[in-house]
Amino acid sequence: MIEYQNLFTRVQVRGPAYAGVPFARGDGPREGKPIFSHLAGILGDAQVGPIYLGWSGLVSLICGFVAFEIIGLNMWASVGWDPIQFIRLLPWLALEPPAPGYGLSFPPLAEGGWWLLAGFFLTTSVIMWWVRIYRRSRQLGLGTHTAWAFGAAIWLYLVLGFFRPLLMGSWGEAVPFGIFPHLDWTAALSIRYGNLFYNPFHALSIVFLYGSTLLFAMHGATILAAGRFGSEREVEQVIDRGTAHERCALFWRWTMGFNATFESVHRWAWWFAVLCPIAGGIGILLTGTVVDNWYLWAIKQGYAPSYPAVYPPMVDPASVLGAGR
Amino acid sequence: MNSRQVVGIGVGAAFLVAATVVLLTFERPPVLTVQRGFRGTGMELVYNPRMLEVQAALQVLPEVLEPADDEDPRASEIYQNVQVLGNLSAGQFGRIMQAMTAWVSPEDKVEGGGCGYCHNLENFAEDSVYTKVVARRMLQMTQQINAQYANHVGVTGVTCYTCHRGNPVPQNVWSTQPANTSWAGGFAEVATGQNRPSRAAGLSSLPFDPFTPFLLDDQPIRIQGRTPLPSGNNQSTKQTEWTYALMMHFSNSLGVGCVNCHNSQQFSSWEESTPQRVTAWHGIGMLRDINRNYIQTLQPVFPAHRLGPEGDPLKANCTTCHQGAYKPLYGAPMLRDYPELNRVTQNPTEMRAP
Repeated sequence: MIEYQNLFTRVQVRGPAYAGVPFARGDGPREGKPIFSHLAGILGDAQVGPIYLGWSGLVSLICGFVAFEIIGLNMWASVGWDPIQFIRLLPWLALEPPAPGYGLSFPPLAEGGWWLLAGFFLTTSVIMWWVRIYRRSRQLGLGTHTAWAFGAAIWLYLVLGFFRPLLMGSWGEAVPFGIFPHLDWTAALSIRYGNLFYNPFHALSIVFLYGSTLLFAMHGATILAAGRFGSEREVEQVIDRGTAHERCALFWRWTMGFNATFESVHRWAWWFAVLCPIAGGIGILLTGTVVDNWYLWAIKQGYAPSYPAVYPPMVDPASVLGAGR
Repeated sequence: MNSRQVVGIGVGAAFLVAATVVLLTFERPPVLTVQRGFRGTGMELVYNPRMLEVQAALQVLPEVLEPADDEDPRASEIYQNVQVLGNLSAGQFGRIMQAMTAWVSPEDKVEGGGCGYCHNLENFAEDSVYTKVVARRMLQMTQQINAQYANHVGVTGVTCYTCHRGNPVPQNVWSTQPANTSWAGGFAEVATGQNRPSRAAGLSSLPFDPFTPFLLDDQPIRIQGRTPLPSGNNQSTKQTEWTYALMMHFSNSLGVGCVNCHNSQQFSSWEESTPQRVTAWHGIGMLRDINRNYIQTLQPVFPAHRLGPEGDPLKANCTTCHQGAYKPLYGAPMLRDYPELNRVTQNPTEMRAP
């Protein structure tokens, strides 16, 4: 039994390096001499390389490196170039967007200009990587599902850092670059706009997020459970009876009366995964632009619950005294 | 390295990560919860009895001094240079001096403590020690708090001990933190007042000095809109981080969660808040008053080593009195034993370095 409960690939079969299918028209050469890594083989395929870089990959790596340096050097400068403090405080450090007062103008470098530059280079890098994924798919004769799934993530990224700030008229509404700072920003955004919990697109996004994990767990578990029947050899199994995959399908049919097909389970998973950032992005795009307070909006739409009062009715003391806020 | 070793290393690493997360994230039970709102809404305060025990040891009242009678003569008649305690009888005057020494500069605990901490022992009437000028103003501050801010301190009131607890400088004070440091000759990002472990805000990356804008200046704290759709509320997400930091400070100071005052489904709604929120609201006004009018004005009196990095005196926030308790000293009524403090006069006193 324990044979089938592995986190790692147990048997590595090693043949001569495989150069891949012939070059498609218009492709440059693949770079690097392939090597074999036992460690890589434990997780996946033992052969590493060759890799296809191409112009889109090159531009993406260079722009990504520039963004990484802008962010990292600003963080390092913010601790007075002290390497120990840089490592110790790294989770707290950040490159912040400009103050709201700058609106959509280009502020001085030291007051948010670096953030805009980093955002420009990071966005270029991400979009070039998308181009690369799209072109690699086409050149291999594949569909472009991976590119569009990545596109869904880019949509959310652009909503947070570009589209919503544009609509709000202020770069200051965008996310800072930083580990804890972007999390604190997330909590602050929810508080400012009246509790994102009541944003229905936020709710949908969570449905697809948790749904993705559920589907992934069900699918992964099913295939691994049929490992003793050779479920990893998918292609031969589609046409025969009594194979691992048929057992997998029957397992779910007998368990819940309905089963996915070999193709549909991946379609479900793909849609759940891409709908998570797509729905989330819509929810963020509406926040502050169309809806200012999600809780009050939910009251207005009649779906936020109200609970019996526990305390005597209270009024805002500022309204009673006419005092400051 | 064979795969068995790799698996071993993998399992070991996973165990280490899990242990770190468990140890740093979770608190050993038992956990007590106190319900603060309607059932099922999650309005619960969470306490751990082991930590309450540590807390409780800090919230003990000192022994009460024998009361003094209120018979003439008045202190102003027999002592010189009595500016704010002149209404007291000589007996009461002596008693409150003795109490202040025990609360602020006890001889046995503080180096240079005792009467000499504030007085020139050759001539007690002289204002030659700066601490005496400060103490006089602090007496007025105490009277102001008890007289004007009953909506925050109730009838319990405050004494010097509420903040000082036997220390010449209360243990929890703040001063303005330099926020606009310019790095790399102004070429790199100018410091933003946040993105450091913020002690005020529970070691988050939120602003580390929410006190200057909110507890000294009166910058607007409220950031949520009061209408479903946009209607002119210009508060930004960045400003929200400042309010958030201030609220984290409230929470840390009182040893409570958000729900002590708020219903977290809508922080801004007074209708769904608890009565404690009104008390806290008055506390904000109180702190602005005492920081501005009683402490900041003492700036010229303090020597340099008693000032913060920006040259301002050490000021009060919620922790100064609360020190982790929902009520300072768990609400023990200490002021009623010291009626002398209510008779401090608010007449103008001179505030300059001796």
